[in-house]
Amino acid sequence: MDFSLTDEQQLIVETTRRFVQSEIVPLEDHLDPDAGALDPRDHARLVEKTQGMGFYGLDIPEEYGGPGLDTTTRALMAIEMSQHRAGLYNPCYGVFGGAGLAQLYEATDAQKERWLYPTLRGEKKGCFALTEPSGGSDPARAIQTRGFKDGSEWVLSGSKLYISGADKADYALIFARTSDDPGRNGVTAFIVDTDTPGFHVRRVVHTLRATHYATELQFDEMRVPEENILGEVNGGFAIANDRLSRQRIPYAAGCIGPAIQAQEMAIDWAKSRETFGSLLAEKQAIQWMIVDNEIDIRHARYCVLEAAQKADSGERFRTEAAMAKLVATEASSRVVDRCIQIHGGVGVTKDLPLERWYRELRIRRVGEGPSEVQRLIMARDILGGSFK
Amino acid sequence: MGIRLDKPWETLDAGTIASLPAQLGVYQVADDDGNVLSVGYAGARHLFGIRSALDDELQFHGIQATKFRYEFTSNYHSRWDELLMLHLCDHGQLPDHQRAEEHRIGRLSPD
Repeated sequence: MDFSLTDEQQLIVETTRRFVQSEIVPLEDHLDPDAGALDPRDHARLVEKTQGMGFYGLDIPEEYGGPGLDTTTRALMAIEMSQHRAGLYNPCYGVFGGAGLAQLYEATDAQKERWLYPTLRGEKKGCFALTEPSGGSDPARAIQTRGFKDGSEWVLSGSKLYISGADKADYALIFARTSDDPGRNGVTAFIVDTDTPGFHVRRVVHTLRATHYATELQFDEMRVPEENILGEVNGGFAIANDRLSRQRIPYAAGCIGPAIQAQEMAIDWAKSRETFGSLLAEKQAIQWMIVDNEIDIRHARYCVLEAAQKADSGERFRTEAAMAKLVATEASSRVVDRCIQIHGGVGVTKDLPLERWYRELRIRRVGEGPSEVQRLIMARDILGGSFK
Repeated sequence: MGIRLDKPWETLDAGTIASLPAQLGVYQVADDDGNVLSVGYAGARHLFGIRSALDDELQFHGIQATKFRYEFTSNYHSRWDELLMLHLCDHGQLPDHQRAEEHRIGRLSPD
C-alpha cells in the first residue's frame, strides 16, 4: 500500500500540527495537569478559528454541512490533534466540534428534526447507553434492560454502566431487550430524553481517567413513545454494532499522537541528561528503548492507515480496523511506558504529561472492545476463509 | 458505596491545616451551622496540595469559614464534579461564589 500523503493531506496535517502547537499547548501550561476543559472564552475563540479554517464538525457528513474528509485524512488529523496533554480523550478540547451520535444519521426525518439537527447546531447533547453491569464485550447477550409495549408506549426498566456524558446529555440512545430472543435479534434502540420520568444518573464511576468520567444509569419503568424507536423493533444490535466497527479507526489513530509526543520528549531528554559520565542517548539500553518506540509507532501508524485506506476504497475493513485498534492501543502503551522509564523520577510526576497518557492509554486497551475481542474478530475472519 | 462526603467536620484553622499531609483531594468548607460555603479540590497546581487549597479558602471566606472535611484522591477532578452535582441535587444551587459552575456540571439523581 502507498502511505505517502497527497499535497492536500500534507497541508491539512501541517495546519493541524501548527494549530495544536501554537493554540492548544500554550493554554495547557496554565491548566491543571488533569484538566478536561479550556476556559470557555478560549474555547469560543478557538471554535471561531476552526470554523474559519473549514474544519469545524470534522465527523459530520458532507451532506449535513461537514467538511467531507475521507477516513484516511480524518485519521491523519486524529494523530495530530491528540499531541498534547489532554489529547487522548479530549483532542484539542473539542474545538473542532462533534458530530453527535452517528446512528442518528439513519433516523427518521422527524427524529432528525428533534435530536440530530439540534445536536449539530450545538443545542443538544446525546449519550450512547449500551454497556450494562452484566458486561460490555458481548452486548448482544449481556443486555438485561427490558422493554415491553404498553399501548402506544414502551416501558423500559434496567441499568447501564460506564456511560460517558449521561449526566450532561439531553437525550440517550438506549439499547433494551424487547423479545425473548437472548441474542442479537432481541435488542431495540430507543432515543430517550433524559428528563423522562424514571431516567436516573445514579453516580459517577471514577476510573484511571481523571476527566470524561463514566456514569451509572437506572431506568425505573420509563415510558417511551413508539416514535422514539431508532430503526426497527428488535433490530437495534445492528445499529450498535455498526458504530463499534466504524469507531475503531479514529479511536486507534488518536492513540498514536501521545506516543509520538512521548517519543520526542524521550529523545530530547536522552540527548541532554547525563549519568555516569555520558549522555543517556549514548547508552545502549536507552537507544534500544527509543528504537523499539519507533518500531511501535510506525507499526501502529501503518495499521491505522491501511484500515483507513481500505475503508475509503469501499473494501471490507473489519479485520484491519480491529488490528489497528489492537496494535495502536498496545503499541502506544508500550511507548509511553518506555518513555517514563527513560525519564526516571520526573516521568511519573504531574510535571510532565507522561503519567496522564500512561493512565489513560491503559483504558484504551479495554474501551471500544478490548484487545481480546479484537483478536476474536480477526480470528473469525482469518479462520472463516475471508482471506483465501 | 456512599458517594456523599459525610466524614465528621474538623476545625478550619491554620494549625489544623498545617497538620495535614500535602496530598491531592477534595473538600468542603462550612460555617458554624454546617452550611457549605465551598466545594473544592486540591490539584497538582496547589503547591502543598490540600494544605494550600484550604489556606486559600481561609483567606477567601475569612472568619465565616470555621469547618472543613476532606477526602484524599488522585481523581480530584471527577470527584469534585460529583460533589458539586450532589450539592446541586441536595440544595438546588451551588454555593454563591461557585454558581458559574452550574452551567458546566451535569445532573445526578443519586437516591
